[in-house]
Amino acid sequence: MEEKRRDLMEEIAEANSSASSGIDDKKIKHWIHIYVLGKQYKVPASLTIMQALEYAGYRFNKSVGCRAGFCGACSTMYRVEGDYKIKTALACQTMAEDGMYLVQIPFSPAVKAKYDINNEPYDGNVFLKYYPELARCVSCNTCTKTCPQDLQVMDYVQAAIKGDFQKVAEWSFDCIQCGLCAVRCPAEIVQYHAAQLGRRMYGKYGLSEEPNIVKRVEEIMSGKFEEEFKKVMSLQKDELEKVYVKQQNEREIY
Amino acid sequence: MAMKLPYYPGCTLKTKAKNFETSTLAVAKELDIELVELPKWNCCGAVSSIVTDDLMHQLAPARNFVRVLEMNKSGIVDNEYRLVALCSMCYNTLKRTNLLLKNDHEKLKTINDFMYLEEDYNNEVEVVHFLEILRDIGFDKVKEKVKVDLSSLKIAPYYGCLLLRPKEIAIDNTEDPRIESDLLDSLGVKPIDNPFKKMCCGAHQTVQDKYAVARNTYTIVSGAIKAGAEAIITSCPLCAFNLDNRQREAKELYPDFEGVPILYFTQVMGLAFGVPEEELGFDLNYNDPRPLLREKNILK
Amino acid sequence: MSKTVEITKEADQFLKKIEELSGEKITSCIQCGICSGSCPMINEMDLTPAQSMSKTQLGQEEELLDSKSIWICASCFNCKVRCPRDLDLAKVAEALRQVVLRKAVDKINIDAISPEEMMELPQIALVAACRRLTN
Repeated sequence: MEEKRRDLMEEIAEANSSASSGIDDKKIKHWIHIYVLGKQYKVPASLTIMQALEYAGYRFNKSVGCRAGFCGACSTMYRVEGDYKIKTALACQTMAEDGMYLVQIPFSPAVKAKYDINNEPYDGNVFLKYYPELARCVSCNTCTKTCPQDLQVMDYVQAAIKGDFQKVAEWSFDCIQCGLCAVRCPAEIVQYHAAQLGRRMYGKYGLSEEPNIVKRVEEIMSGKFEEEFKKVMSLQKDELEKVYVKQQNEREIY
Repeated sequence: MAMKLPYYPGCTLKTKAKNFETSTLAVAKELDIELVELPKWNCCGAVSSIVTDDLMHQLAPARNFVRVLEMNKSGIVDNEYRLVALCSMCYNTLKRTNLLLKNDHEKLKTINDFMYLEEDYNNEVEVVHFLEILRDIGFDKVKEKVKVDLSSLKIAPYYGCLLLRPKEIAIDNTEDPRIESDLLDSLGVKPIDNPFKKMCCGAHQTVQDKYAVARNTYTIVSGAIKAGAEAIITSCPLCAFNLDNRQREAKELYPDFEGVPILYFTQVMGLAFGVPEEELGFDLNYNDPRPLLREKNILK
Repeated sequence: MSKTVEITKEADQFLKKIEELSGEKITSCIQCGICSGSCPMINEMDLTPAQSMSKTQLGQEEELLDSKSIWICASCFNCKVRCPRDLDLAKVAEALRQVVLRKAVDKINIDAISPEEMMELPQIALVAACRRLTN
């Protein structure tokens, strides 16, 4: 049983490599069906949603970015046959499943408030001043359930209502601003922009100054790295590639 | 051993009414009551939703009740399901949802189903106001803690709406409440009866029509002054804002109107117990009570 | 000379809708006026609470939904605790407001509140205003 399963997994993995390297479809043994804008497509199993859409013939010029789960551009909403729950994902990070009904959300229609944090008092009401709709939160928790980063979004929204900059900053730290929370919110809150205001305020007023940053800024301002910059800027493309690869190889992994 | 109680502060006690919270925690400590803040509590919604088909707005209070269950489970409190509210609006909203869920099992089930990520709530929690806790431990016990003579102060209780109405959630007699004047008595303060002690301040109308609220402020505050009060106590940060800050608009409407300071009842308790001034946060009161308190030799 | 008021089907449906939303037996109002005498916001109102009840009984939808009164009611429940028929007028007012709000109408523009006021307002004021006056 266990062995059979392993074989199957290997076959699926093979299917994945054949799909991504353009090998003949006949060699692919495992297929799934997905639905894009309601239309059914047959795609190899074991692709990410993004790869599956591309396999199906879609070409992205929006809803795609880093392809590595960091940029938040490939927000996706879907349902799977047999489950009423609406789900969300980053298309580049989530595997396509059989029976997925997919739609890409390239942008959340959210207005970002304009402010200069240097002119704002470190007072919790700043949240309501720029995002008064925070007061409409009904604690339904839809935002938290929606977040592809698994953040406790409702908790940081609540912290914002209470004017707690630290909690907003810490609890929203891994936000990639994909906007899915704002799309689903019944109170029409723009969670991720409010969180950014919180992180900025906390960074400016809540945290003590980081001595290493101060030192490095001084060094930059005093021209310490000018020579290095000039050198890099004068390199030819192939030389630059070499330097880049060398630097990547020597880079500290943390 | 201190009595440990789950405590629900409410949003405004973390911002504009920090002095209500700091003064409460200080006087509770004097009385050997430990108020343990609910972890990750959420805004109760400030007003209770009162149409029959709206369950969405009952979610927020219900979620807070689940937090009480978690506190008991994790041992932060020991078999203590009384949830203490301070803000009258939070008290009212939490209490009404709690009652609704107690009386309507179908609605309770719908809410539990919707909050499927949370532990099920089964009406374990009882919502109480801090004033009720004080009455339960006894105003004579409160009296024992009094260190500072406040007998020269004349203060009018103000109840507003949400501690008393509707009847099923009232902490005292709806038409003739005494709990605040009993408290003042125990603190050695002379309670002044204001005929407008239960009149609505105008609540959230302060956002859309501040002058409508200012007219109510004028009536309520003038009523207290005519009866001889030098200050008013309240237990609601919205009443406090309307009675205190809106005196500014009331003065615009009625040029000869003279205001009085508006205090949280716990600030007066703090004065009587000799709590350090910085914990009472008088700098957050819009009409500064300190000149009055200095004049009476209560503050230096 | 007596005056006859004809209650149309639409008017009756409106009454039924408000009775269902509020959960109150509005037809049992006897027009004693205690609610109006107890209302702290009555000076700001165009319809008294008793008039609102009467108009709801008659299903006069337009006059009710266009009135200032339903938006001025602060839900203080003073009328409710005094009503000899044990009617909760605050619930009736909330039901009337919901009929309007549920058509995606907001009765307050929170974006238009000045920054100075927003910095001064206590959180609960805005939360309460949003709940009562926005959809």
